[in-house]
Parts: sequence; C-alpha cells; structure tokens
Amino acid sequence: MSQDIWNFIFIGITFTIYIGIALWAKAGSTKEYYTAGGDVSAFANGMATAADWMSAATFISMAGIVAASGYDASRFLMGWTGGFVLLTTLMVPYLRKFGKATVPDFIGDRFYSKTARVVAVICALFICMTYIMGQMRGVGIVFSRLFSIEISTGVIIGGSIVFFYAGLGGMKGITYTQVAQYCVMVFAYTIPVVFISLALTGNVIPQMGLIGDFTKGGGEAVPLLQKMNDLSVELGVTKYTDGSLSTIDMFCITAALMAGTAGLPHVIVRFFTVKSVKAVRKSACWTLSFIAIIYLTAPALGLFARTNLVDEINNKTYQEAPSWFKNWENQSMIAWVDKNNDGIIQYGQGTAFVGKPIMDGEKRGEQGQRLVSNEISDDVNEVYYDRDIIVLANPEMAGLPPWLIALVMAGCVAAALSTAAGLLLVLSTSISHDLMKKIIKPDMSDKQEMAYARIASFVALVIASYFGINPPSSFVAKTVAFAFGLAASSFFPTLLMGIFSKRINREGAIVGMISGISFTFAYIFYFQFIADHKDYLFGISPEGIGFVGMIINFIVTFVISYFTPPPPQEVQDMIESIRIPSGAGKASH
Amino acid sequence: MSESKNNAAAHYKGSLKIVGSILIIWAFISFGCAIIFRTWMDANMPKIGNAPFGFWMAQQGAIIGFVILLLVYTYLMNKLDHKYGYGEED
Repeated sequence: MSQDIWNFIFIGITFTIYIGIALWAKAGSTKEYYTAGGDVSAFANGMATAADWMSAATFISMAGIVAASGYDASRFLMGWTGGFVLLTTLMVPYLRKFGKATVPDFIGDRFYSKTARVVAVICALFICMTYIMGQMRGVGIVFSRLFSIEISTGVIIGGSIVFFYAGLGGMKGITYTQVAQYCVMVFAYTIPVVFISLALTGNVIPQMGLIGDFTKGGGEAVPLLQKMNDLSVELGVTKYTDGSLSTIDMFCITAALMAGTAGLPHVIVRFFTVKSVKAVRKSACWTLSFIAIIYLTAPALGLFARTNLVDEINNKTYQEAPSWFKNWENQSMIAWVDKNNDGIIQYGQGTAFVGKPIMDGEKRGEQGQRLVSNEISDDVNEVYYDRDIIVLANPEMAGLPPWLIALVMAGCVAAALSTAAGLLLVLSTSISHDLMKKIIKPDMSDKQEMAYARIASFVALVIASYFGINPPSSFVAKTVAFAFGLAASSFFPTLLMGIFSKRINREGAIVGMISGISFTFAYIFYFQFIADHKDYLFGISPEGIGFVGMIINFIVTFVISYFTPPPPQEVQDMIESIRIPSGAGKASH
Repeated sequence: MSESKNNAAAHYKGSLKIVGSILIIWAFISFGCAIIFRTWMDANMPKIGNAPFGFWMAQQGAIIGFVILLLVYTYLMNKLDHKYGYGEED
C-alpha cells in the first residue's frame, strides 16, 4: 500500500475515535463543560494534561531544536518540565482547594475586585490567543504535507474538528479525547527512536544510546557524543555538548519557561477536574511522568538525527545521498546548493543561503538537485534542512515501514489538536463565565452560559484560524515561547503572592499584572518588529524577557500593596482556608 | 476551634518547609548543575556513561530529578496531612 493510503487510514481512525468520544461525552451542564463533572481519575487526568501540555511545537520541533543546537536546547527540555515542580508545589493544590472553575475566578475573588477579574480575563485571552495561533498553523502545515493541500484548507479542517469536540463536549469531551491523543503521541514518538537507537548504538533504550557508543557499520565503538563533538570540530561548528548562548540568557529563558508553565491557565484548569487536593498531587506526578517519557526521548532523537544527517550526507555525492534526502528535497524542506561545483555535498558552519528555500520551480541542477532562487551566502555550508523534519523524517531515516510513518503523522496532528482544544476551553470559559456571567449579565441561566461558551469558542477559533492562515510575519513561529513569557510575567507572580501572602491587596495585584505583561509584550514587540538584536537589555533575548517581567510584577505588586490598605478580613480568612488541603469538595462555578 | 486553628497553622508551617526544601533541590539540579556551574561540573564530576556531567544533567538528569522530587513531595505532603488530621481517602 502506498504512503498516502496509510496516512488516510491512520488519520481517519484517530479522528473517528476523537469524534466518537466527543459524542459520548457531550457536556450537559456548565459543571461538566468547565470541569468534566469534577471526578476524573488522577491517572486519566495525568494523561490528558500531558497531551494538553505537549503542543505541536514540542512534538514536531523539539527534537529538531536539540539536533541543531545540542546543549543550548536544554533550556526547553528543563524549562518545560521543571515548571511542573513549581506548578505542583506552589499552585494547583491551593487553587483546587479554592474550588472555582477558572483562574480569573480566583484572581477576582482573592483580590475582591471586578477590575482584577477583567485584567485576568484579558491576560488569559491574550496568552491563549498567542498560543493557539501557533497550534492552528501547526495543524495546517501537517495537513498540507499529508494530503498535498493548501495550508489554509488544512487549518480549516483542523479547526472544525477541534470545534466539534471542544465546543460540544467542553472539558468532559476534551479530557477523554486527550487521553486517546496521548496514547497516539507516545507510540508515534518513541517507537521509531527505539529502532534508530538500535541501528546506531545497538542499544534498545534510546536514553542509554545517548550516553552509549556509536557502533553502526561494525567498526570500532566510539562514544557517540565524542564522535559528534569531533565531527563538529572538523566541520567548524560549535561542539554538540557546548552551548553558544550566554549563561544569563540561558538562565532567563529557562526561568521564564518554568514560571510560564506554572502560570499557564489551560494547564492549571486541568487540575480542577479531579476529586480532591490529594488527587491533584497524585495526578501531577502522573502528568510529569508521562511528559518525561517524551522529554527524555527527545535529546536522544536529536543526537541520533544529527549523527545520521552528518554521517550520511557530508562529503557524499548527490547520487549517493539517501532517499529521504531527496524525498524531503521534493517537499522543499531540504535543499543543497553546490557552491564549489564539485558535485559533493558539504555540510558545515553557517547557512547555505539566506532565508527559507524558494525553489526555482522544478528546475534541476547538473547532479539532479533542485535549484533555489535564494541569495547564496558566503559560508562553507551547502545544506539547508528544516528543523521540523527531524521528527517527521526519522522513521524514513531509519528505514521503517510506511504505516509507522503514518502513525507519526497522526501523532503530530494529535499533539496540535489536543493543545488547541485545551486553550479553546480557557478562551471560551473566560468569556462566558468570567466576562458574561460574572460581570455583564449576572442573572444568566446555566443554559445561556453554555450557549455563550460555545459561541465564544467558535469566534475564538475563527480568529485563531485567520492568524494561522495569515501569520503576522515570522511571529507565529516563536509565539509559543512568547506565550510563556506573557504567562510568567502576569499570572505566575500574582497567583503566587495571592496564595502565600495575606498582605497583598487588589491595588498591588492589578498594577503588578498590568506592568508585568505590558513590559514583556512591549519588549517582545520592539525586538520582533522594530529594533536589532544587538541592543538587547543585558543580553537577554525576547524569549527570556518574561523572567524580567515577572520580577517587575513581583516588585510593583509588593510595593503598591504596602502603601495601600490590607485586604478585608473575609479575604484573609479565605486565604487561610485554601492552605488546608482537606474538604475541598467538587470544583464549582 | 482553637485546636483546629493551631493544627492549621502547624500544617501550613510544615508544608512550607517541605515545599521550600523541594524547591531548593529543584533550583540546584536545574539552574545550578545544568546552567550556572555547568563548566565546573563538566570538568570535575564523573561522567554519566559517555556524557559530561553538566551536559547530562541539562538534557536528562534534571528531568529525572523533577519526577523524583514530585513523588517525594506527594509522599511527604500526604504524610503531613495525616499527621494533622487533614488526610483524605482516595
């Protein structure tokens, strides 16, 4: 059977499962819509949270980033897992005990202020919208490669599916769909890597392969990392195990990603679906374990792919190059420019040409390679590869059967859809519950509130799809990292101080949130669209600026709170009560 | 009433201790070993398999550490809950 048929079968089967679950789990009340009824098991919630958490960016791009930048990529590996320690120890047990369904709910009540609630709603909309645009783009790209359709059509198909099960089933539909999506993702991610590890290092466990020996071809066993470092020196690029980022930038980005993780509303709300505070802790352990399975595989995959790439391509003639090289060249994801006209592929320091490849129609060069019309650079490097192919192409690199490649495709789609659905839920409940019910129309019935939630999720998806189809410059590629900066500078400090200090009041919280998020946004916007990267503040890139925004939020909130009156007694009592874990009851709204 | 209030205060104090210790280790294995002291760790600590210590911590060790930390946190907090009579059944 051809690859296309396998792809259709796998995507078809997984979509049927998702839609079937959505129909089965159709939410009947706002309680089911917001918290899935509040009795999801810790294990199932752990899986669902892991799927919610791992976006298209994690699934498709992370291994590619590791392959391209070695040690530097650790900021993502540590940032996106380490945040769960903060989330679990400092946030969710207390927010779960508080017992309301949304994050703006907590901020509105804790800071006894409608203004605080509105600011929180705006922050939530802002963070989720930035994030969901990237997901929709991801869905579109995968679909367009799968079925050779336009990206815009792919975005619309993905959007319709997400609306169907998120808008219809609410949290209940999402939870059980995400359990299925996690299973698809974990198999799709790990199975090909096991085979690659076997081929390169003779080790079945990829994590051991990373620190093991390179044994391919029956030659003398050399440590794999040593081999990669030597190759890097030979090619004139940074050693794989050394970083090129400055320590301060590395520190700030990792910290921003960690704090952002602990402040992301779509992850926090997932923990409102379990029974008790005790179950929250247990569920968080499951979540991080499920995430770790994939996050510990990514660095191994990155190293293997880089080794394969250098080993099979560098100093080979175009005719000798493996078939995946040519397949992905046909997809415009790989390109080779024969700068010195020797017919041999040279891989090395620098870029092959400026920007992404613009193929010169179907024109072929002397060796049969596709020609690009980009401006050629002066660097020695002749090869361009899109980092995102590392996961997509790795079954092919390892010579695995077509059905496994189809499984990987299905995994990519699952990763993007699960995250988009989780975000969509936060968007729609922020509007229906926190804006409509709590502020504009307090006398709404349960039914009306749900109708608003569904309308809101539809509108949000339309907007997200629009930006997925027409991304504002290169912005979308980096949006995920930016969403974390925004969450780190707004929600994380405010929630943290709201839980652990009785003295922090509404004035401090409101001004703090606004100053944190506007500083971060302005910095990102400034360097994305206006200024040059040489002028970074203390050498901190926009990816890591959320950490500084967070500190600003902390200081501003603290100072203003101490110059204004303390919160009323009932709020102080409430803070005391959320610190006691027992008697949480079901999350309400 | 006063006894339960005492219990609540003692429980909160105990939980802050647990959270504090967990976060100190958390910061040490990630920011410490893998970023700030990495070069020193690479040079002076034993290799993990074929990987320099700091590099391995950054790519795998810290993540394994996070999972263990959460398990320890959950165990200690559940024990603390029981000690002060806030324990709950599953």
